[in-house]
Amino acid sequence: MDNVLLLQILTAAIKTGTPLLLVALGEMVCEKSGVLNLGQEGMMLMGAVCGFIAAFSTGSLLLGVLAAMAAGMLMSLLFGVISMHLRANQVATGLALTIFGTGLSAFIGSSYVGQTVKGFQGIQIPVLADIPFIGKLLFSHDLLIYVSWVLVLVVGWFCVKTRGGLILRAVGENPHNANAIGLPVLTVRYLAILFGGAMAGLAGSYMSLAYTPMWMENMTGGRGWIALALVVFASWKTKNLVLGAYLFGIASIMHLVLQGLGMKISPSLLAMLPYLATLIVMIFIGSNRMKEKLSAPMSLGQTFDSRV
Amino acid sequence: MKTRIFRLLAVAALTAGCAVSAASAAEEPMKVGFIYVGPVGDHGWSYEHDRARKELEKALPGQIKTTFVENVAEGADAERVITQLAKGGNKIIFTTSFGFMNPTLKVAKKFPNVIFEHATGYKRTKNVSTYIQRAYEGRYVAGVAAGLLTKSNTIGYIASFPIPEVYRDIDATFMGAKSVNPNVKIKIVWVNSWYDPGKETDAANALIDQGVDVMMQHTDSPAPMLVAEKRGIRAVGQASDVSHFAPKAHVFSIVDNWEPHYLKTVQAVKDGSWKPQDYWGGFAEDVVKLGSINDNLPQNVKDAINTTYTKIKTGEFKPFTGPLKDNTGKEVVAAGHSMTDAELAQINWFVEGIDATVAK
Repeated sequence: MDNVLLLQILTAAIKTGTPLLLVALGEMVCEKSGVLNLGQEGMMLMGAVCGFIAAFSTGSLLLGVLAAMAAGMLMSLLFGVISMHLRANQVATGLALTIFGTGLSAFIGSSYVGQTVKGFQGIQIPVLADIPFIGKLLFSHDLLIYVSWVLVLVVGWFCVKTRGGLILRAVGENPHNANAIGLPVLTVRYLAILFGGAMAGLAGSYMSLAYTPMWMENMTGGRGWIALALVVFASWKTKNLVLGAYLFGIASIMHLVLQGLGMKISPSLLAMLPYLATLIVMIFIGSNRMKEKLSAPMSLGQTFDSRV
Repeated sequence: MKTRIFRLLAVAALTAGCAVSAASAAEEPMKVGFIYVGPVGDHGWSYEHDRARKELEKALPGQIKTTFVENVAEGADAERVITQLAKGGNKIIFTTSFGFMNPTLKVAKKFPNVIFEHATGYKRTKNVSTYIQRAYEGRYVAGVAAGLLTKSNTIGYIASFPIPEVYRDIDATFMGAKSVNPNVKIKIVWVNSWYDPGKETDAANALIDQGVDVMMQHTDSPAPMLVAEKRGIRAVGQASDVSHFAPKAHVFSIVDNWEPHYLKTVQAVKDGSWKPQDYWGGFAEDVVKLGSINDNLPQNVKDAINTTYTKIKTGEFKPFTGPLKDNTGKEVVAAGHSMTDAELAQINWFVEGIDATVAK
């Protein structure tokens, strides 16, 4: 394989991995607080459609991104109220959120189908972009990809190095103990949920404003679900998440690239690999001891009720 | 006395009943059902079926009432939806994707009084017809244009599923290209989906990265057109006119036009003359059309598009005429023989020169 092709594959992997990375970052923070939000796909779609509509009507991509994040946050707020205040089952609520988001986004976006905007264009970072190979690979992307890298650093730093990150983890590990020592469990969880919503919205706007600059029903194509698996795959660690997202990115384009090259490996087999890996992780995580080893938040998915 | 009154009442009730049912038979519009594999907003396959449905309603005002269900997955879900449509009193149901074939047949067995029309399939029974557009005629023209336009001698094809319709169209594209450019090669990428803008984008990028400069698609979203426009290559639209997505890149669109067939079929059902058949419509019937041939094409390409179109439309030229070999060297069409519709419906080989293997 020559360098040019390798470069193209890796660049494509970054582009394909970015929406996964963004959603997964949000969901990871959310899960660290002990909340499992399966509504990623719905929030992403709402982000994609609202981002597109805002960018289309105002002509400003930045406003589009903000609108997308706001839409994602609104959706996650709905999830928060139902699962935190009304104490509904998180899994059921998340599923409902996805179904709701899919339908609602199709409804409000129906008159925008077929419109296009000039999406985010690549920005060449001066000097750095001139480095051979690396320059093309890392420093000539669109704005949202750079943003995703900054967010990775911020989230990684926050979770590991700050008191806030410690509180977040404490709430996720054992909300009752956290409550007993006076930590505001619900507030922390709300903030984590809202962050998750904003990130899903951002990922949606990446889809509709950078990746394929248009709005189509169901355009996220299950990426919200892949991101959920990705968080488990990364065992709730930021650096694994980056690796995993780009690995999933490579896996999802590799079968297309190899077909073009005339390789005789079954493309379906290659496309299956990341899911297979996730499945294996999921099986292991079934046992509590593995859960500890993989650092899964112990209270993940459990409804918190301070009166109990 | 009592019995007389009772009889009178019974007669009165009967007459009233008859009158009511006669009136409703005259006024109640016939119900027509549609089921689509993609969203009606896909600007491709399902969009065109739905456009034809709307035209149909306009053509027969007040005489029919149409219902449609969009975004139905091929498989078990389809059977449920088709059953619902049949139970809902639809007299005729159009099932508009290849993968609806077996569900359609299953439901048709349970509802012998409902008529089913299945697009692009090959199984028929006494209440199931099939119909298909000769997309391969458009593909051949696309191949001719692509063969003339390509500078890298590499054209690309985003394929959906390994079924006869797709093989046929790839073969036609390649034969068209080869007829004007003996050095042309085709790269095929299967995305295993009819509609997935993200995946179609990835596939388009992968093809362009590997030197493709004219691209066809057998998928339903305009995403590949957008990629073509962004990266400065040429692309041919399918199913619907997608020129506005790629004003520079667009060569032309192979447009499906289902309305004539839908109108004829519904009228046949209304007057009771409907019979199961295998309907094929192409350039000659205006079921396949060429949309928006781009003004920015070189004159020789425009001319080639128009001459090839006319030759096929008049029946002077049939793309699948022997001698044809498949890409393993086996003769598949004898010299002088033009493939019949039944043969066309079962193509499962790549024509000589395509470097790819048929899915087993």
